[in-house]
Amino acid sequence: MNGVSIVARHALQEALRRRVLLVVLVLTVVFGGLYAWGCDELFKDLSGFDNDSSGLDARSLAGATIVGLAMFGGLFLGTVLATFLTAGAVRGDAERGLLQPLVVRPLTRTQYLLGRFVAAAVVSAAYVLVVYFGAVLVTGSIGHFWPAHPFASGFRLAGGAVLIAALSLLGSVFLGATANGALMLMAYGMGLLAGLLGAIGDAIPSPTLQHIASTASWVLPFEALYRDALRLLVQDVPGVAGAIVQLGPLGGSHDAGPLLIPWAIVYLIGALAAAAWAFGRRDL
Amino acid sequence: MSPALAIAGLRKRYGRHEALRGVDLEIGEGELVGLLGPNGAGKSTLTKIACGLVRPSAGTVQVAQPFGYLAELFRFPGWCTADEVLLLHQRLSGSDGGARERGELLELVRLEGDAGTHVEAMSKGMQQRLGLAQAMIGGPKLLLLDEPTSALDPGGRRTVRDLLEELRRRGVAVLLNTHLLSEVEHVCDRVVIIDRGEVVAAGAPADLERGSGVEVELASGLRTIDGATRDDVPRIVADLVAAGEQVYGVRVVRSTLEDVYLGTVADAR
Repeated sequence: MNGVSIVARHALQEALRRRVLLVVLVLTVVFGGLYAWGCDELFKDLSGFDNDSSGLDARSLAGATIVGLAMFGGLFLGTVLATFLTAGAVRGDAERGLLQPLVVRPLTRTQYLLGRFVAAAVVSAAYVLVVYFGAVLVTGSIGHFWPAHPFASGFRLAGGAVLIAALSLLGSVFLGATANGALMLMAYGMGLLAGLLGAIGDAIPSPTLQHIASTASWVLPFEALYRDALRLLVQDVPGVAGAIVQLGPLGGSHDAGPLLIPWAIVYLIGALAAAAWAFGRRDL
Repeated sequence: MSPALAIAGLRKRYGRHEALRGVDLEIGEGELVGLLGPNGAGKSTLTKIACGLVRPSAGTVQVAQPFGYLAELFRFPGWCTADEVLLLHQRLSGSDGGARERGELLELVRLEGDAGTHVEAMSKGMQQRLGLAQAMIGGPKLLLLDEPTSALDPGGRRTVRDLLEELRRRGVAVLLNTHLLSEVEHVCDRVVIIDRGEVVAAGAPADLERGSGVEVELASGLRTIDGATRDDVPRIVADLVAAGEQVYGVRVVRSTLEDVYLGTVADAR
């Protein structure tokens, strides 16, 4: 067993034994139950739109909106999970004296970082995918709405959570657990806000707002992945309903172009490399 | 025979503060060396550089592999049992000692009945002893111990002292960073005193201790002749008898390591 897998296993064991995953599981089951109930009520109430003369596809509007909300919720909780698992990985653990006994072993600091990253990325990405596909299945079976590209959409959402885990790990080299956790959640909020501004900018239209949103997308690509996932969710919804759902409930869908995935991969590698470089130079 | 630890010209600068100013230190195989010095002298910095936690500004450090380290301020995850802590460190160090090694180490630090005890349920002293067991995973050739007895009661300190004797028997070299001079006096082969980042004295404890006077018990009470040595005793007694004093006893007073330490550090300032 190499250093990376030993550290990753230890981090996962910690999450299990400290009942982090149990709490998340319980809350997710509650969320899933409420979601299914809400979904059921929502699609029952669509009967009033049956004779709508505007051509509004009420079923697609309701389905895309509620799956979009679940995507937002899933990514938000995945962000919290990724941040929780990595926020104190370096400076926080060093301040508590947990790190020193580990890194004097025949274990490189890069291996330690990668182990922490693998654990956080696997847990948070898996969580986001479970919530997302759970919501898709519930919505599909209750309301008969299925996203246009469910797998591509889920892959982008999970990618967002993985990017946040890498960023949080980078932040943990410089900041204590509380400061880094706050920074990550604020970065997530900023990204979301930029996405909302972008949606407004597209609707008005305002080149300035579009430029702000575009810049934020490249600086914080998890936000761009989220908006691209929304795009893949709603791009086949036609007519008025399509126009409405593209504005989205929490950030509008946006096509960032073919460079988004390569950029996200480069960004991920860059964040991890920067974390390894800075950690390697840090006195403990 | 290569030394277990060889440090040459070691310097460490934190901004404008120079924590270490050209330290040279060598520890042979199986040698127990006590590192003494006031707070802020650079002892912990030296130990941390030796085990790779801190990067030196200049100088070279060669450490025998494998080595063990016990930090001054350390913690193990509270959710782990003592056995799990040792298992993790076995995995990280590539030790194939298995359950037998873990059991032996727990016995050595008198935690044999606590393999299944969670760290969060252990006293500070127990955690410190577990830290010592962790440092010995994988059969290290060198142990770097930074204040290993700071949280221990007298019984725990005795355990550590016995442990150090056992390590000497096994041929493990030890750098013992401590404030407890009595520990150093009892177990160390050599003492290195550093102050303000420099070595100000080094040698065997007995060599560092010096005669500091002769105490004579007379009918009128005790009289101390400062600076006199064992060689001066016959002359002192003869002079006193010639002066009409009755001599009931004579004792050569030797300075303790504590006196040497305090004197050396005061001189350096």
